[in-house]
Formats: sequence, structure tokens, C-alpha cells
Amino acid sequence: MNARLTPRPDTRAAGVRADRVRVHFRTRAGTVKAVDDVSFDIRAGETFGLIGESGSGKTTLGRALAGLQPLSGGRLFYDDREPAALNRAQRRQQRRDHQIIFQDPHAALNPRMTIAQSVMEPLDILRDGDRAQRRRVADEALERVGLAPEIGRRYPHELSGGQKQRVNIARTLTLRPRFIVCDEVVAALDVSIRGAILNLFADLQDEFGITYAFITHDISVVSHVSDRVGVLYLGRMMEQGPTAAVCEQPLHPYTQALLSAEPLPLPADQRDDRRRIRLQGEIPSPLNPPSGCPFRTRCPRAEQRCAEQVPEWREVAPDHRVACHFAGPV
Amino acid sequence: MAHDEQSPQPLLAVRDLNIAFVHPGGETAITRDVSFTVGAGERVGVVGESGCGKTVTGLSLLGLLPKRTARVRGEILFQGRDLLKMPARELRRLRGREISMIFQEPMSALDPVFTIGEQLCETLRAHYPVSRKEARERAIAALEEVGIPSPHLRLDDYPYQFSGGMRQRVMIAMALICRPKLVIADEPTTALDVTVQAQIIDLLRELSDTTGTALLFITHDLGVVAETCSRLLTMYAGEVVESAPVDTVLRRPAHPYSSGLLRSLPGLSERGGRLPSIPGRVPAPDNMPAGCRFQARCPHAADGCEQGQSLRTLEADRLARCWRSAELTLPGAVTP
Repeated sequence: MNARLTPRPDTRAAGVRADRVRVHFRTRAGTVKAVDDVSFDIRAGETFGLIGESGSGKTTLGRALAGLQPLSGGRLFYDDREPAALNRAQRRQQRRDHQIIFQDPHAALNPRMTIAQSVMEPLDILRDGDRAQRRRVADEALERVGLAPEIGRRYPHELSGGQKQRVNIARTLTLRPRFIVCDEVVAALDVSIRGAILNLFADLQDEFGITYAFITHDISVVSHVSDRVGVLYLGRMMEQGPTAAVCEQPLHPYTQALLSAEPLPLPADQRDDRRRIRLQGEIPSPLNPPSGCPFRTRCPRAEQRCAEQVPEWREVAPDHRVACHFAGPV
Repeated sequence: MAHDEQSPQPLLAVRDLNIAFVHPGGETAITRDVSFTVGAGERVGVVGESGCGKTVTGLSLLGLLPKRTARVRGEILFQGRDLLKMPARELRRLRGREISMIFQEPMSALDPVFTIGEQLCETLRAHYPVSRKEARERAIAALEEVGIPSPHLRLDDYPYQFSGGMRQRVMIAMALICRPKLVIADEPTTALDVTVQAQIIDLLRELSDTTGTALLFITHDLGVVAETCSRLLTMYAGEVVESAPVDTVLRRPAHPYSSGLLRSLPGLSERGGRLPSIPGRVPAPDNMPAGCRFQARCPHAADGCEQGQSLRTLEADRLARCWRSAELTLPGAVTP
């Protein structure tokens, strides 16, 4: 294997820290607080899962983490350094180190470019190496994600969804990134091949020491791949902690409802219908979020206090944080 | 509850349904010999991955495939009458009244320039001689039934004024307003958030129970089927490969594809461990292998799989298109 695809000797996986991050969008109808005061840290080499329903701000947060979305407030640190403190060359390197892979593998590929051209494009843009070298890196990346080099001569429409997502992974891999935001990367794929793609992500993490922010609405996926998870609702972090703690002893009423809403492929006598929590209504408009706790309008435990006071973001167990006045087991 | 699966004549009996699309280069077969039944009040799930023919099968039941390009052969017996031989006028009378459909994307299934009240009343008045006033009252009742708050006020709203979940409720109200005997629901919750999906699943199950409406539930999500249906049809590459009660399939699937699908669900594997998946991909419709269509991806393939496979009866109400079903012990979602 060519040295270019192996981790550089100086490579450590990147740690990311978000400190009261805000992304607000001003629209004619008012300000949308897509991400509001969100704090968390992603440890070097781990997979941090972000769960949320549509409108929770998870994609905006992912774009911010990848450096594609300017912040309206708060700060992001990469390896304890702020992007603003970097010089030009360092910022270039940082952009290369932080990548994003999108949900729709087809839309992410230019239909008029061959697969090889698409995979080489990031290196072309960076003018990294000569053409033959770039070609070799691209071929290796394709091979690493399980595709034959002949695929390089084909066009996206000739590939299956799973193959296209592998191409997107290969393209990112050519840059040897240290941190990848994975935004719903298996949502568009058939169930039977999701496992293979998720396994590939895990293998690449082991091999190259990559840190992932794994964004999804699918609880079974996020709980499988993540070391730690954060639960977003209306732009705010509701709960965060080690995956086992959050998925097995959720403390926030929203997390509890979300987990119990997941339809389980179990026979009738093994489904515990008593523990089912059914939320009323849908996520409110982010243009006009509820006062106090954003979840209170649908929360089975809401009281007067929830409308008046934004719940404090507090640590209730080691590394297990929650924003709820009444957080506790069901 | 109008539940009589054992009745001599099922509500719907599909026999050897072969659907093909005609194009300048010839004909591409999409489904082959699809046969199944739906009893009165029964809820049957159809699962399969993209391209397996489940949506096309659903559309064919209502005669909604394009006449010029779709060739439909076989029999679709609804209450004993073949829908494929029925004159267009009669079929139109049946559609919406006896059989109706709920689509995946409610926004594109609703007409954006009419209020939902107009659309509900139109459905009703197309089939029954009711006055405008009465239709309006029935429409309000229908919206109330699907849990839309202040239905008398929402009736004059346009689709864009509803959220995704509420729009799907409107679709359900429209599908049920004529009290059909069969509703075909094609991925009705796929576009919805998981908390809203849970509400819609509960609603569909309750309404089917109270009205005795049978449901053909097309989805790729085995969890949704487990929570909604009593029987499961698994489709692969245009064929029904297994038909059995849902709980039986979850415990001991009879076809390697059903088993592989169940094992692929990440929720069933140890956290952080390797996830099983099915290698390879579905063969293209114009390049189907002879014999079993799953053989190239099947971990149990053996000599004999290159022979054509028929849907074999293993026991009453349990069929599989695999000659090795009887000898294989396949893992399901749970240990039996």
C-alpha cells in the first residue's frame, strides 16, 4: 500500500469541543435559532452520535462542526485550538483535516464526472502531488473501501446506492482526514447493506484513527456505532452521555419518548407496550419556540416551572448531562 | 371487529401477478407470479428493499399503473371479481370507495390549490349522493376521527398549512371517508419523524380495528410491520419469497433473505460489534438469474438452487420460495 493513504506519523485523531455554540438564521419571519447554546466535547478517536428529529438542528450543527457554517455565537475548538487563531496555512490544513459525508450518495457525486475523477477531485483542488500520484491515491482509496479499480472508469448512474456511498467515503479518505462529520450516511441505503457500510466506517476509524460525529435520526444506528451520544431537540441539547447510559437509562423525558417510539421487530409477546410513551403533537416551529424548556409543550412531565425557567445543563452522573428540571428514570 | 381470516373467500386474492414495463427495446419484467391473499379486516405487511416490486404491486391493485407502458397479467380478485377484467368505469366506482390508498408523501398526494375540506368532500360526493352540507359534516367527523384538533376550523385550510404528521392524518381521513374494505398504505410513515410515526401507526391500527378495514401495509421497516400487522409477505427481486404470520417470521424465518434482512437490523447486534449485512446487490430486472433469484447473495446456496423455485407450503399459512427451507434453521430477530 502506498504511504500516502496510511496515517501520517504526526497524525493524532482530532478532538473537538463546542462551547455554547449558536447558529441563528435571520429570516423575514423572524430569527430561527437552529442551534442554540450547545456545548459538548468529542474526544479524539471516538464516535460521537447526534440524535434528533427533523428540525432539531442536527444538520446545521454538523455543518458547523465541519467548518461549513459560520457560528452566530459560542466557540469551537479543534485540538484545543480555535480556528480563528490559526494562520492561513494552518487553516488550509484544518479544512483538509475536517471532512463531511452527506446523506444522499447520488446527489454528492457529479453525474458527468467518472468515479475516478470525483475521487481525485479533492487532491486536484489542493494540487497535491502530480497526476500519476493522485491517480494512485484514488485507486488505493477505492480499493480500501472495497471497490475494484475498474469502477473508476464508470459514471455514478451505473453504481448502486451502497457503491456510491463507498465512493464518497473513498473521496474523503484521499485527504486522510482526522475528523469526519457523517450526516445520515446510511439513511438512503437499503437495510441489507447498511451493516457493511457501518462496518467500513468502524474499520477506517481503527486503521486511520479518525474521529466521527455521527448524525442520524435512527436510534438503532446511533446506539450501535457511537461511544457517546447527544440528543438534540429544537436546537438545544437535551441529554448527553455514554451511549449505554443514555440508551439504557435515559434521564430526559424526550430521550425516553424517542427511544420508546422506535418500532421494534419483536413478536407481540416480547414487546413491552406498558413502557410505551406516546408524545402528543409534533416539534414546534423553530421560529417561535416555547419559552423555558423547548420540549415542555409535548412533555408528559411538564409543570409551570418548565415554562418559566430554561432548565440548567447539569451533570447528573459522571459524563452524563441533562437539561431538565425533573430528569430521572421513567 | 370484522376479522375472519378463515372465510372461504378472502377479500383480496392476487394470483400469478406478472407486471412488466414495455419500452422500445422490449419488455422488462418487474414482478413474477406474485400471489397472496388478504382476509377481511386482516393487516398484511409487505416488506422488501427498493426495486423488489412492492410499490408496483400496490399500484396495480388499484389499476394505477400507466396503461400504455405497463403490462399486467394474472388475476386480482377483489370479493371474487377480477379487477383486471373490470371495465374502467366500474373500477373507478370501486376506487376510493371499496379500496383506497395512502401514499408515502402526503404533500404530493394532496392537491395544493384546494382546501382539504374540498378534497375530502370531493371523495365522498364522487361515490355517494350526499348534499354539500352533509358531506361537510362527514368531512369534519373524518378529521376528528384521525385526531386533528378543531376539525371544523381546519377544514378550510390548505395542505401547506398542515405539518407533515397532520397531512398524513388528512390522507388517512380521505382514504377512510368512504369506509373502504381495503386500504393500501405505501410507506405511510417513512417521511415522518419517529415520534410522529409512532402516532400514525397507532392510529392506523386503531382505525383498522374499529372499522374492520383490511390493510396492505407496504414498507421496508420490519419494526413497523411487527407493530402493525399479523401477517408478513417478504418480496425479493419481484417475487414473494416468504409468507407467514409476523411473529413466526421474527422467530424462525423460512427464507434466507428474510433471515438476512432481520439480522441486518443494527438494534439486534451487540453494541459496537460487527454488523451482519447481505453481500452483493439485487440483480437487475432484465438480468435475472435462472433459478433462485437470491442465490448469488445467499449464504445457504447449494446445488439445486439453480433450479426454478416455487412458493412451497411448509405448514398451514407458512410458505417460502426456497427448496432448502425445511432443512435450514435460520436465525430470526429473537431466539424462538
